[in-house]
Amino acid sequence: MIAGSVFYWIVFIGTALTAIFAAVMVITRRSPIHSAMFLILNFICIAVLYLLLNSQFIAIVQVMIYAGAIMMLVIFVIMLLNVEEEEQQKMHASPAKVIGVVLVLILFAQLIYGVGVQVLPGEWGEFTPERMARIGDIKAIAGLLFTKFLFPFEIASILLLVGIIGAVILSKKER
Amino acid sequence: MFSGVTPIYFLFVSAVIFAIGAVGVLIRRNAIVIFMCIEMMLSAVNLTLITASHYLQSLDGVLMVFFVMTVAAAEAAVGLAIFVLLFRGRGTIKVDGINLLKW
Amino acid sequence: MIELVWLIPLFPAIGFLFNGLIGRWFNLDKRIVSWVACFALGLSFLFSILIFFALLKLSPEARAVVPDRVLFDWIVSGGLKTVVGYKVDPLSIIMALVVSGVSFFIHIYSVGYMHDDPGYTRYFAFLNLFVFMMLTLVLANNFLLMFVGWEGVGLCSYLLIGFWFDRDAPANAGKKAFVVNRVGDFGFLLAMFLIFAHLGTLEFNGVFDGAHSLDIVTVTLITLLLFVGAAGKSAQIPLYVWLPDAMEGPTPVSSLIHAATMVTSGVYMIARCNILYTMAPVSMATVAIVGAATAIFAASMGLLQFDIKRVLAYSTISQLGYMFLAVGVGAFSAGIFHLMAHAFFKGLLFLGAGSVMHAMSGELDMRNMGGIWKKTPITFWTFLIATLAIAGIPGFAGFFSKDEILWQAFSSSHGHVYLWLVGAVAAGMTAFYMFRLVFVTFLGGCRATDEVKKHIHESPSIMTVPLIVLAVLSVIGGYVGIPHVLGGRNIFHEFLAPVLGGHPEGTAHAAFSLVKSAFASGGAAEGSGINMELLLMGVSVAIAIIGIGIAFYLYILKPEVPKRLGERLKILYTIVFNKYYVDEIYEACFVKSTKKLGTFFWREFDDGVIDRSVNLVGGLMLWLGRVLRRIQTGRVQGYALGIILGAVIIIIFLIR
Repeated sequence: MIAGSVFYWIVFIGTALTAIFAAVMVITRRSPIHSAMFLILNFICIAVLYLLLNSQFIAIVQVMIYAGAIMMLVIFVIMLLNVEEEEQQKMHASPAKVIGVVLVLILFAQLIYGVGVQVLPGEWGEFTPERMARIGDIKAIAGLLFTKFLFPFEIASILLLVGIIGAVILSKKER
Repeated sequence: MFSGVTPIYFLFVSAVIFAIGAVGVLIRRNAIVIFMCIEMMLSAVNLTLITASHYLQSLDGVLMVFFVMTVAAAEAAVGLAIFVLLFRGRGTIKVDGINLLKW
Repeated sequence: MIELVWLIPLFPAIGFLFNGLIGRWFNLDKRIVSWVACFALGLSFLFSILIFFALLKLSPEARAVVPDRVLFDWIVSGGLKTVVGYKVDPLSIIMALVVSGVSFFIHIYSVGYMHDDPGYTRYFAFLNLFVFMMLTLVLANNFLLMFVGWEGVGLCSYLLIGFWFDRDAPANAGKKAFVVNRVGDFGFLLAMFLIFAHLGTLEFNGVFDGAHSLDIVTVTLITLLLFVGAAGKSAQIPLYVWLPDAMEGPTPVSSLIHAATMVTSGVYMIARCNILYTMAPVSMATVAIVGAATAIFAASMGLLQFDIKRVLAYSTISQLGYMFLAVGVGAFSAGIFHLMAHAFFKGLLFLGAGSVMHAMSGELDMRNMGGIWKKTPITFWTFLIATLAIAGIPGFAGFFSKDEILWQAFSSSHGHVYLWLVGAVAAGMTAFYMFRLVFVTFLGGCRATDEVKKHIHESPSIMTVPLIVLAVLSVIGGYVGIPHVLGGRNIFHEFLAPVLGGHPEGTAHAAFSLVKSAFASGGAAEGSGINMELLLMGVSVAIAIIGIGIAFYLYILKPEVPKRLGERLKILYTIVFNKYYVDEIYEACFVKSTKKLGTFFWREFDDGVIDRSVNLVGGLMLWLGRVLRRIQTGRVQGYALGIILGAVIIIIFLIR
């Protein structure tokens, strides 16, 4: 995938529009199951965008974890909980909601302004495309993960353990 | 014809998805949908990180995304367990009805 | 040894803290409390004696300039530097000896007297506190520390007068004493301000060394204001009204505070500031005139009272008048001499009155007594000795001191023959009413009820031993001041001379020139060649004997005469018996309007303004809380809104 070629652009535009469309659908559908479906679509689009950005590992992980594990959990819970919540009333436009939307619009404007007016700041790393092409994405990530980011890695594993225990304890049925 | 895809486009997409997620958090009343919107916001941020990492030719951003996903997974598990409990206790998961902290 | 002077006030302070805090908290046994209190006083007295002897080792000139024992800097602020320091010189050590010694014996007496009182521990704690404050007053080396002691004794006087605070009369008397004292203290404060403004220091050494730089108007003002303070504390006209009421307190309190020590602090203060007073003849004259007037005025009121303690109270006011008369005519050491003698015999008189009360089951009205001298011998004989002393009979302490005062009033350059006259008449009245007291209370037929008669008994030895000690002192205490004209050396005056300044003593040689000055001051003199002082001495003894004789006639020989006289001179009798209605006049003039003013400020200002503004602040907070409380809706989305709002605001600052 040569960056800059027309194909690249077409894929990018298409995927981006689909992602945005899916996002809008997520927040506007009445039924939660529909929202979940569109969210899965959104995640997959973002995974494609990761591929465009030359992060194959993360793209796969995104599909596996986000679109796979997390959304599966969500759909299970939706089906477990709210069969009778299907008939949602029309959404009211309360003043709080209007204020909220306005604030988010302001936030969005700030974000665009923030990234638009300046060159992206940050430290340049040493993983040039040639080096990446030589080593391969996964190897490079793994190399960093077990040396520079070892401590967060261990912490993350403890975090997952805690999450598991928490989830089990919380949802046990009382005798 | 076009110049290279500069990061600004990716960042723009990420910002849009983030904003849409934020609107969703504020507008929807079903707690699970709100949770899904939060995940969408997280995902948008991940996109920002990967973009920056790719543009700056570094892998720090990628590893950050790695951990963000870890945390998101753990949070999803615990959060959904809490929703189950809430539903058992109150019979509803509309956030209007979960206002025990009201003064 | 001299540098240990700070221990003298320290021991009673420790006693107060121990009894007041630990004694009351743990409800200690009475014996512990009394031992601690008396032991503290005993140590204080011991150290006073030791330091006195250490002072004697120095030469007379060196005694007045012993460096002050400074403990620490107290207030250092701007131009004001005050220390906590103690001065050891003849005047302060004499005062310390008198205070600690008499207090010691009165403490021992109190152990017996207050034995059955439920507030035993509180009593001894306050008594120790009082002695601590009084010793601070007399030993201080600067005006501010002296004022601390000054106020402190006023406070303890209030606490001890109102000791039985559950009754109306003592509580009101305590209040009255405190308020009237305050009026005087205000004068003292103004004087201190003036001193500091003009001399920049409040230490005695600094003030007295630099006093000559003051102009006469300033000095007069300062000394007059100081005298206002003295008048309040030492019960002179017009601020004497609290002392008769103060008799509501326990009798040892009356003895210690209102006879021997606190009321003499005004005299001490004037004696201490003798350098200032000698620079202001107007003030001296004021002091002397007020003193003489008080002496005779109070004596006249004591003539007709029936309550034993009231008689003694008016007698105290009168004798204080004598002391002020002495310092007013420049005879500072005579005033201090009479102070010391008075402490002995008046203290003894009050303790004796307490003993009589004890014997008569709490009765104090002398009309219900009489004829008890056989059953209470020690009380009677000691009381008689004290009465002879106060009447000025030769051989007893009061004779030497009172006579020196009268002589100085007549002959000193500040004196005047009218002052002597007033003093002499008052001396006669003193002899009369004191012997009236003795005759009616102890002699004659017994007018008490049968119930009381059965219980008449002598007090226990813990009460009679202090009586005996004080009686001995009332006799021998005068012999330190034998005037030259009788062949003595007046070592008392000599001892105090470095501090109080020598004044021309009445020697035989000087009598001639003084006869001439007696002529010049308009008094009558009996031909030259006769020693004036001896003559006046004889006159005052004669007056005393006449007074005793009249009392004997009226109350022993012909007891029905006083009643008939009272009927014939009904108006005069009523006025004098009701103390010239001074209390009522004060009530109408000052007390009512002050109360009205106070009530006004209480209602309008305190309640209206201050309370309302405080409540306003509180109300404001409540309102604010009620408004802000609505943010806590309990809904998560509201909180999420807040988060986004915060993020927006922060990003504004970040991207600027």
